Amino acid sequence: MSIATQHGAQSEPDASSPAGDDVATSSDLREGAFGNATGLACRECGHEIALGPHYACPECFGPLEIAYAFPQVTREQIEAGPRNIWRYKALLPVPDDIEQSPNMEPGFTRLLKAHNLGAALGIDNLWVKDDSTNPTNSFKDRVVACALSAAVEFHSKVFACPSTGNLANAVAAAGARAGIRTVVFIPSNLEKPKQVNSAVYTDSLVAVNGNYDDVNRLASEIAGEEEGWAFVNVNVRPFYAEGSKTLGYEIAEQLGWRLPDQIVIPVASGSQLTKVHKAFQELITLGLVEDKPYRVFGAQATGCSPVSVAYKAGVDAIRPVKPDTIAKSLAIGNPADGIYVLDICRQTGGAVEDVTDEEVREGILLLARNEGIFTETAGGTTVAVLRKLVETGQLDTTLDTVVINTGMGLKTLDAVSDRVGAAATIEPSYAAFTGSGVV
Amino acid sequence: MSVSVRIPTILRTYTDGSSEVDAGGATLAEVLDDLEAHHSGIRARILDDTGSLRRFVNVYVGNDDVRFLDGLGTPTPDGTQISIIPAVAGG
Repeated sequence: MSIATQHGAQSEPDASSPAGDDVATSSDLREGAFGNATGLACRECGHEIALGPHYACPECFGPLEIAYAFPQVTREQIEAGPRNIWRYKALLPVPDDIEQSPNMEPGFTRLLKAHNLGAALGIDNLWVKDDSTNPTNSFKDRVVACALSAAVEFHSKVFACPSTGNLANAVAAAGARAGIRTVVFIPSNLEKPKQVNSAVYTDSLVAVNGNYDDVNRLASEIAGEEEGWAFVNVNVRPFYAEGSKTLGYEIAEQLGWRLPDQIVIPVASGSQLTKVHKAFQELITLGLVEDKPYRVFGAQATGCSPVSVAYKAGVDAIRPVKPDTIAKSLAIGNPADGIYVLDICRQTGGAVEDVTDEEVREGILLLARNEGIFTETAGGTTVAVLRKLVETGQLDTTLDTVVINTGMGLKTLDAVSDRVGAAATIEPSYAAFTGSGVV
Repeated sequence: MSVSVRIPTILRTYTDGSSEVDAGGATLAEVLDDLEAHHSGIRARILDDTGSLRRFVNVYVGNDDVRFLDGLGTPTPDGTQISIIPAVAGG
């Protein structure tokens, strides 16, 4: 990959690998740049290569994942850390001095006991993990913080991404704070607020005529041709994706160092769901939580539901689709981690379910009216799927359940702007008010 | 039939570093056969043991993912651009 070549980053190449030539030897990669990470391992065939800005296995094209040698980590060590994702830095591919680098310090968002929503849906104990309170109002600040660390360690000159919106916001803001040039690519039909929320941070917002998968393809080609570019979800994706683990760590810690019985997670690429599961498994392995069963559920919008379709059909292959849904932040028609979502949901006794755009709107209002949380369409999808799982008997309402809200409703106002508004428009008199029928 | 094939970084050791090579064939399968004839070993990186496209490889004929077309049977008219791109996710 070009960044490694340009900067001489990373250690010995794998001589058996056809990619060996582009993995340069390291002279300027500093000691401990990636914490307890030890290498990159292919999730499909297990082939291992040295740490570097690489994402595809040179043997089989499978996705590369970070491999670690974790030291002993205690609850006390974590609890003594900062109230952001860096309290878990020992479990992430970041240096020990990560807090010294300018970054958005995301994470440690609130886990709210959702009494009203639970009562409305008939769930005894329900919590909302509210990631809309991150610095740019979505969970993407977590993954971008890890990608930024990798980009800095690789001496990248451009910090970039293809995005359905939230990621573009997070990349543009994090790049501004870190003082690194950003270029973000979005589908040209993206909601206006998400465009503005990126453009305020960068003068290099590129709107591409096509859907997210078209934008993603373009980014992949650019990443292969341009030197010194760190595309957060392309060539530094193994580092980026690890940031989603912190959602799982936080949920367990905030529940009192225990795992939930059930968790409902939105599925776009599928990465977040797989990483939350990975986080739970790591906590078990490290002895930080009790080893117990938990069920993982995936949520999609029907207009882009290739994983749900495969789940319901009982097949392992994901057939790509052309997205057609208001849930644009979930509109990835060819989800690279979809097959792993299927594996996890099936193995844990969960499911993958989908809801219509109308149900997505209802989900947004359900959460807002019951818990005072204004979620975007992805969260509306997840809450609506939660309701559907209850109605169809797929979710056990007696078990402790967590639902993840990944983003902020102010970014997708159009989704509900026709559904809510003034109950009455009246003259400024008491008589007019009492006659309005509002109360 | 002559087409142009864009080669991803991790396969360029098979093409002497070239990012784009010419190949012939009326379908994607024939193009891959021709690629293999001139760049030995490359086809096995793109197809699995059963002869199907590897799960994490996306191949585009023009602007279209061949999974939306006829897969390996997708026609490749003269002058077509074919792109081979590792699958990635995002959001």
